[in-house]
Amino acid sequence: MRHILSILVENEAGALSRVAGLFSARGYNIESLTVAPTEDATMSRMTILTTGSDEVVEQITKQLNKLVDVVKVVDLSEGRHIERELMLVKVRAAGKDREEMKRTADIFRGRIIDVTDKSYTIELTGTTEKLDAFLEALDKSAILETVRTGVSGIGRGEWVLKA
Amino acid sequence: MELKLPPLAETGETLTGAEIAIRCLQEEKVEFVFGYPGGAVLFIYDALFNQKKVKHILVRHEQGALHAADGYARATGRPGVALVTSGPGVTNAVTGIATAYMDSIPLVVITGQVPTRAIGEDAFQECDTVGITRPCVKHNFLVKDVNELAITIKKAFHIATTGRPGPVLVDIPKDVSQQSARFHYPEKIHLRSYSPVVKGHGGQIKKALQLLLEARRPMIYVGGGAILGEASGEVTELVRLLGYPCTNTLMGLGAFPASDKRFVGMLGMHGTVEANMAMQNCDVLLAVGARFDDRVIGNPAHFAAGSASRKIIHIDVDPSSISKRVRVDVPIVGHVKDVLGEMLALLKAAKTGPDAAALGAWWDQIAAWRAKDCLKYDRASPIIKPQFVIEKLWEVTKGEAIVTSDVGQHQMWAAQFYRFEKPRRWINSGGLGTMGVGLPYAMGAKLAFPDADVACVTGEASVQMCIQELSTCKQYHLPVKLVNLNNRYMGMVRQWQEFFHGNRYSESYMDALPDFVKLAEAYGHVGMRVEKPADVEGALREAFAQKDRLVFLDIITDQTENVFPMVPGGKGMSEMILAEDL
Repeated sequence: MRHILSILVENEAGALSRVAGLFSARGYNIESLTVAPTEDATMSRMTILTTGSDEVVEQITKQLNKLVDVVKVVDLSEGRHIERELMLVKVRAAGKDREEMKRTADIFRGRIIDVTDKSYTIELTGTTEKLDAFLEALDKSAILETVRTGVSGIGRGEWVLKA
Repeated sequence: MELKLPPLAETGETLTGAEIAIRCLQEEKVEFVFGYPGGAVLFIYDALFNQKKVKHILVRHEQGALHAADGYARATGRPGVALVTSGPGVTNAVTGIATAYMDSIPLVVITGQVPTRAIGEDAFQECDTVGITRPCVKHNFLVKDVNELAITIKKAFHIATTGRPGPVLVDIPKDVSQQSARFHYPEKIHLRSYSPVVKGHGGQIKKALQLLLEARRPMIYVGGGAILGEASGEVTELVRLLGYPCTNTLMGLGAFPASDKRFVGMLGMHGTVEANMAMQNCDVLLAVGARFDDRVIGNPAHFAAGSASRKIIHIDVDPSSISKRVRVDVPIVGHVKDVLGEMLALLKAAKTGPDAAALGAWWDQIAAWRAKDCLKYDRASPIIKPQFVIEKLWEVTKGEAIVTSDVGQHQMWAAQFYRFEKPRRWINSGGLGTMGVGLPYAMGAKLAFPDADVACVTGEASVQMCIQELSTCKQYHLPVKLVNLNNRYMGMVRQWQEFFHGNRYSESYMDALPDFVKLAEAYGHVGMRVEKPADVEGALREAFAQKDRLVFLDIITDQTENVFPMVPGGKGMSEMILAEDL
């Protein structure tokens, strides 16, 4: 099962390695991990995409809560939530393919943010599935470089994750 | 005019970082610091030199410092404190830190670090202390600002001693120990990201008691958490009021008195038949401060299948210990002492008691398992049997000694045959299984309780791992007694090789053992060799009569003796090998 864990951590040196170290030491999966400071400068928010049985994810949550630097952990996938991932793709865009590449980017609501006479760099935001679908839609040989942020998520409605 | 008060930190006297560190230890009423000096901690050692309140115990190897601090903590319940230098000081300490971590022992470890400007430059005696120790501490800190030092040490003591205890490390760069700051030691501390649950959920406690009272084949399984949580009084009262069988884990020995008829012995890989069979076949299991680990319940699938309708109640201060290896029906997160206290109050007010007929039948069944007499050994043997030595040790010390052990066969025999009546009398490395802990553990215990008999049950392999601490014992007059069960083998390794590796004793025999009698004498102690069963008791009496001398008893035991019962690794608890099976 796929789970999205949102974690508030103290903005301390080493907090990231405590979390990452926990996953590697106990053999848990990290599909993706994002982290950045929040509106409260003393805290950072991490989003970890992990997979595991319900028992494993329950253990992951408990173990994360045990870390002294971890302020709060919530499994976003337990409730209604929104998730987004940002991807930058550099693609070959020359000759007859140039127009087709632009059209495909438009269909996926991607934006071209850098241009040369032979390439486009496309910015695309969406769910993991949407980004995957976009890559599928491209001719594999046209993809020069891909960089993805990993999933970020937030709960729907008025509920907020607070310390 | 506006009245201006100086901020709190400005009110104290100005001290160097080194002085602050020592003052913090004084504020925490630390009796002993176990340590070893070096370049990065020279200022701290200088600050130690100028005071008398905190006594420093100079060990001979940093591993010994950590184990001794750990032994002190296990014997007293108070946090142990160690002080080591950067680089190799830290890496030598890691085994001791990991040992304490696995058994949830409160330690505060102060380490020196190279000066802040040199960090990351591969300086002399530099290592990434916080990185190296991160997976084996409850928490650690690198203090880069002398103004943060006092509060960080306060946090360290708070984190180490609350919730599920554990070691906390504070890394202090040399320049931080040299710089000055106003000293203020906060009385209380609040950490928004750390607030362990204390009180158990009332509804869950009620539900648990209900289940316990409806049980037809109940079992109470008590681990090291009951000792760490000072709950042995509550455990004992509950077991006696209910009249249910009780087993202690290796770490829980002493939480419930071994002399009580409701005690069915230790459980697990080398547990008794009655304890393991009762665990496997019970219908309601109360687990108190225990974690269902692999050496206790063996294969979890086999355990779960043993009694399909079994209901499990689990009390633990650490939520992550609950439902980790075994699915629990009634989890109760809280201090075992508080939770059991509430449970006892409810039990005393309850209108109904346990089902006497069902309980009688269950005890009959347990009596049948007990009749197997699974700990029997050849008492008529002309060669000294290790079990016999432990029985005699119990007799000679009237069961009142603090017994430490190393790791291996001798550890299991001590656990099986020294019948512990009280908590904090049995000190051993259960989780990490660290050979070499026995002697430094005995040092920590003896410093804490100078009037108590302290015996270190060890083996000729384990004892050599921290043998240099005999020198520390001489310096600080620590007259502990070493009971060396010398079988000229790494006994437990040899046992596994005999059972599972076709008797190929690969590297488990030491061809060149020291003369332990002469070795003890070289360190300024008394050495005695015992080779005949008839001499064991007399030698033990003679050793313990020498109140002011460390005595090293080198007891030549049966090389072929094995620890029984034994649940082979990966097997279920009821799949025990008994001595008679072979």
